[in-house]
Amino acid sequence: MTTYIVRRLLLIPVLLFGVSVMIFGMLQFLSPVERSALYVRDFPRNDRAVEGIIKRYGLDLPLPIQYWRWLVGKVDSDTGERHGGILFGDFGYSRTASQPVVDLIKQRFPNTLDLTLWAIVPVISVGIWLGVQAAVHHNGFADQGGRVFSIVGTSFPTFVFGLLMLMIFYANLGWFPPGRSSDWASQVINSDQWRSYTYLLTIDSLLNLRFDVFLDTLRHMVLPILTLSYISWATFLRVTRSSMLETLRQDYVVTARAKGLPEKDVINKHARPNALIPVVTVAGFTVVLLMGGVVITETVFNYPGIGSAAAQAAANLDVLTVLGLALFTGLLLILANLVVDVLYAYIDPRLRLQ
Amino acid sequence: MAESVIAREGFGAGDAIELRKIGWLERFVGPESYRILRALVKTPVSILGFSLIALFVVVAIAAPWIAPPVNPNDPFSMPRDGFRAEPQPMMSEWNRNQPPLPAWWKPIMGTNQWVHLLGTSEGQYDLFYGIIWGTRTAFKTALIVTFTTLVIGLVVGSISAYYGGKLDNVIMRFVDVMLTLPYIMAALILAAVLTPKIGRSLIPAMVALIVFGWMNYARLIRGDILSVKQRDYVMAARVIGVKDNRILWRHILPNAVFPTLVYASLAIGDVVLSFAALSFLGIGTPTGYADWGQILSFARNWITDLSTYWYIVVWPGLALVLFVMGWNLVGDAFRDVLDPRMRGRGGA
Repeated sequence: MTTYIVRRLLLIPVLLFGVSVMIFGMLQFLSPVERSALYVRDFPRNDRAVEGIIKRYGLDLPLPIQYWRWLVGKVDSDTGERHGGILFGDFGYSRTASQPVVDLIKQRFPNTLDLTLWAIVPVISVGIWLGVQAAVHHNGFADQGGRVFSIVGTSFPTFVFGLLMLMIFYANLGWFPPGRSSDWASQVINSDQWRSYTYLLTIDSLLNLRFDVFLDTLRHMVLPILTLSYISWATFLRVTRSSMLETLRQDYVVTARAKGLPEKDVINKHARPNALIPVVTVAGFTVVLLMGGVVITETVFNYPGIGSAAAQAAANLDVLTVLGLALFTGLLLILANLVVDVLYAYIDPRLRLQ
Repeated sequence: MAESVIAREGFGAGDAIELRKIGWLERFVGPESYRILRALVKTPVSILGFSLIALFVVVAIAAPWIAPPVNPNDPFSMPRDGFRAEPQPMMSEWNRNQPPLPAWWKPIMGTNQWVHLLGTSEGQYDLFYGIIWGTRTAFKTALIVTFTTLVIGLVVGSISAYYGGKLDNVIMRFVDVMLTLPYIMAALILAAVLTPKIGRSLIPAMVALIVFGWMNYARLIRGDILSVKQRDYVMAARVIGVKDNRILWRHILPNAVFPTLVYASLAIGDVVLSFAALSFLGIGTPTGYADWGQILSFARNWITDLSTYWYIVVWPGLALVLFVMGWNLVGDAFRDVLDPRMRGRGGA
């Protein structure tokens, strides 16, 4: 297992370097003036100011030097302040959001995390349950139903599904509104009594003992969670089903049945745990899928997360902001995949014992 | 000539050897691919899928007849009945900028008054027109993107697999990097970067989908080539001194390429979906272009009134879902056929 993990660990610098070069490469499509937002807040007004900034931050220097400066920024010799430098957490200034990109991330990311963490619960539980049912009732009603569901499900674009959900549950029934929270709840959250412990609204509202705010938040999150999770159900269903079918043919399952165990125990105790090992590999893929899914889901539901921020910035052609958000997402996904890989190696005894 | 070729299919007991005639198609594509093709045209699921695709092909071809454009030189800009924001209900009459009456309307309805068959969207764009011509946009973008990504993937994957070693390692790490960002996000960025450079058109979104879309083909063909490389006939060719190039082009590629080709043809649905997602997010097509994603994005401003204006979501959404479902149905049948456990069961 050590070699496996070491090999995955060695891949991480490669990925980090690759992704940073990719983002930096796309930055080069921007003019030096547009790129100045990486280092300064104010847009230069006249030609001389433009030239001064280009000179000072070396925006016309050879690419490797610019890349280095993009990474570490530039220390002002007079004030000792550091300008730019993504390694020091400065992603530049977002003109559309009128704040540094990092502040935008700090403000929006907890919302996205809140949404994805909640979405993981139905993604995994429902997806796996559907898959197990389909495999246990192979070629039966549940199997065919699951098949129809997965075809129809994968054919529904996220935004069409989301809009339909809004049409039914918001416009017609008025149950689940879009957005983050109701007006009265936002007033509570912005008031002095409110204390932010985790910045995750669902958890904070519980810690503040405001159950009405918690329910309100949850009510706003039901549709986004549903939209975000159904995309992954089809994938989980398919992988769990085929892995479960494979496992049910193994000798130890036959043995368990032959010694007279009830079918429930055979499936829940012998077959399912082993069948779930390959499913963990999909989890890494699912994290990527979720992060891609939030871009559209958050936009449809007007949910103030990192995905809708990226979509908004892109629609307004604020490339610098989009690239900052993308870089952040990339780092996050590399970490998430590492966690999944280690988890996988730990769960699978065949890998653990190697 | 083809009829004279006879193959053995399984050995029965004693002398009972089943004889089977081989048609020209089977000779042309090989037994394994022939089995797959035959199963595909015989499964109900894939027949349904093919019918849906055929329906859209017909609509795309007959678009000028189903919904004649106002200006035949610019058929992709949706005709609009004025500039008011509110959507107009279904079957309401055309007032301004009425396009030519389609030939099929009079015989069915008996009137000369052309209506907004499916209503209008925000800005009074005619939905029916947009959906019909959107079929052409869908096919056009999907075919170009799929073909280009396939070619890039095939070239990169073959090079990687055939030469192996360090080059293979470098290429595959490059593929890993390209796959780090979620597809839709990466495409969104590139489209946003390109739009100011080349203007609003189909091109920025298409380029973005191509740049971030070829990696799966490269991986797929690489894996298949690696397994074909191990086969005896490749070894035999090498032993008798056939040149590298010829081995690659005559022996390895033809035997490895089929799954990738089919996978690509089925990915058309996904490409349409991603393209629609990009234009839904407001990247790519100019406003008023007949494109399903954009028509759906018009609905974003009317979320509170969707109980009244349901048709601005349901009709374009239905077109998109059915289109993608057609490809997914065929894809699902295909997955079953390719499943090694299904082999030797005669058909699907």
